[in-house]
Amino acid sequence: MNTSATLVKNLADQYGRSRHNLLPILQGVVEQEKYLSESSMIEIAKELDMPASEVYGTATFYSFLEHKKMGRYIIRVCKTITCSMKGKNQVLLAIQDMLKIDIGETTPDGTFSLLQTNCLGFCHKAPTMLINNDVYTDLTPEKVRDILSQYLTKSKEGGQNGN
Amino acid sequence: METNHQLKRADFIFKNENDWKDVLKKNINRPPHELINELISSELKGRGGAGFPTGLKWKLSAEVKSDIKYVICNADEGEPGTFKDREILSLVPFKVLTAMAICGYVVGAKEGYIYLRGEYFFLKPELNKAISEFEHYCKEINLDFTIRIFMGSGAYICGEETALFESMEGKRGEPRNKPPYPAISGYMNKPTVINNVETLAHAYTIFTYGAKRFYDLGVQYSRGTKLFSVSGDTPKPGIYELELGMSLSDFVNDFGDGDTKAVQVGGASGFLVPRKRFAETTIGYEGKLIGISLPTGGSMMLFNSSRSMFNVLDNYLEFFREESCGQCTPCRVGCQQLLKGIKAVKTGEKNAQHLDKLLRLAETMQFTAKCGLGQSVANSFSSIVENFREEMIY
Repeated sequence: MNTSATLVKNLADQYGRSRHNLLPILQGVVEQEKYLSESSMIEIAKELDMPASEVYGTATFYSFLEHKKMGRYIIRVCKTITCSMKGKNQVLLAIQDMLKIDIGETTPDGTFSLLQTNCLGFCHKAPTMLINNDVYTDLTPEKVRDILSQYLTKSKEGGQNGN
Repeated sequence: METNHQLKRADFIFKNENDWKDVLKKNINRPPHELINELISSELKGRGGAGFPTGLKWKLSAEVKSDIKYVICNADEGEPGTFKDREILSLVPFKVLTAMAICGYVVGAKEGYIYLRGEYFFLKPELNKAISEFEHYCKEINLDFTIRIFMGSGAYICGEETALFESMEGKRGEPRNKPPYPAISGYMNKPTVINNVETLAHAYTIFTYGAKRFYDLGVQYSRGTKLFSVSGDTPKPGIYELELGMSLSDFVNDFGDGDTKAVQVGGASGFLVPRKRFAETTIGYEGKLIGISLPTGGSMMLFNSSRSMFNVLDNYLEFFREESCGQCTPCRVGCQQLLKGIKAVKTGEKNAQHLDKLLRLAETMQFTAKCGLGQSVANSFSSIVENFREEMIY
């Protein structure tokens, strides 16, 4: 069994194999692998005894269930109204300039992916972003560079775990 | 010189969480119908934005016969400009858990779920800790009630109650036809009470102090207090608990930066109120005889004169275009066409009269879309285009 299949089997053991366990399993795979590969979706379909197309159909509905290969740290910059009014573009530019990637791209070493997302629920502390599950608020270009430097150091020190 | 009224501030939600054990024990020893009556006479209405009477919701579910029922706390707070539920869950989680358990006792449900949006994943560890302490106490007092967290994965539409059930059942978050309503057939087609986080926190207040204390706050048809998420062009963004029924001009006097051009009440799915209408607009639920009364989930976004209303509308429409589930044509195609349409008018590709066609399209969506998302796009669209038409064109 490849790693994906083992992971899916373990998650199914943990959550169960009914249709209503699908979302926690999908989330579990994304937590570990950062995205849902075609093979992991097929594995899930086998474990839950359902059509792979249904797994794909469900997975692609949710914006946090990526189905393209992602970096270890997924940066999601909020683009909804208040963040957009309070300097979201400068934040994005600072990230793009530092990591040399555009929105939707991943750094060649697979460390960072850059995405935009809808309202994060911190409009009183705009602009904001998520890196994996951690929220960063009241951003300025300087603050963003500091935060990313810390992640870069962390990733160079060889932290294998996504968080 | 117009009179300057003061906003009526209140402090219930974030205070006195420590007595939750007493509140729980006291209330599960009262007859269920008494608790329902207490809630009904408080006139508490759903604080997620739709404003359905909470007591009636519990009553309907209690009346249905079923071995399995559910209580669900809707923590899929995704409306742009709303951030109060996160604060409740981080500061006073036991109030929400207690109200869920009381609800379970009243309607005869043994299982509770909190549907937490994916963006709030960071709240999960602390919330789980609170839940295990809570469940431990439930066992102590022989109350059979469990609570689990179900994580969302970044879909605004899952805040719509039936889409939320679909999502929990492992499907795409596509809203169902109503009826049947959740009280009869909700999660797993079982009777389900689904309440917003803040609604449950207010229910806790009512079960602590009694209905009268709550009813005496606010105005007719809009009783009690409400949390407001204030953001945008304001010197003091944040979360504030205020009595319902305030006039928008009093609100702007307190929270504006002196140059407030418009206020978006109720998030992207709510209404944009221009300065000339501040005085006649009150914040509460429908039923007021004078002026316009706007219901709200509590999102108040202020815009000053430096803001382009075209950019604001463009931002909202992009939000709706992305978050529309795509199930029904009026919403899926309507959101795309409204966005495309205002851009075409702005660039001069279409003439100004095209805006009238778009207004009719928005109206069509209001009548034909399957759920609240598609139906409410017209709220912000029409209120912005009608009040700031020149900004859409030039």
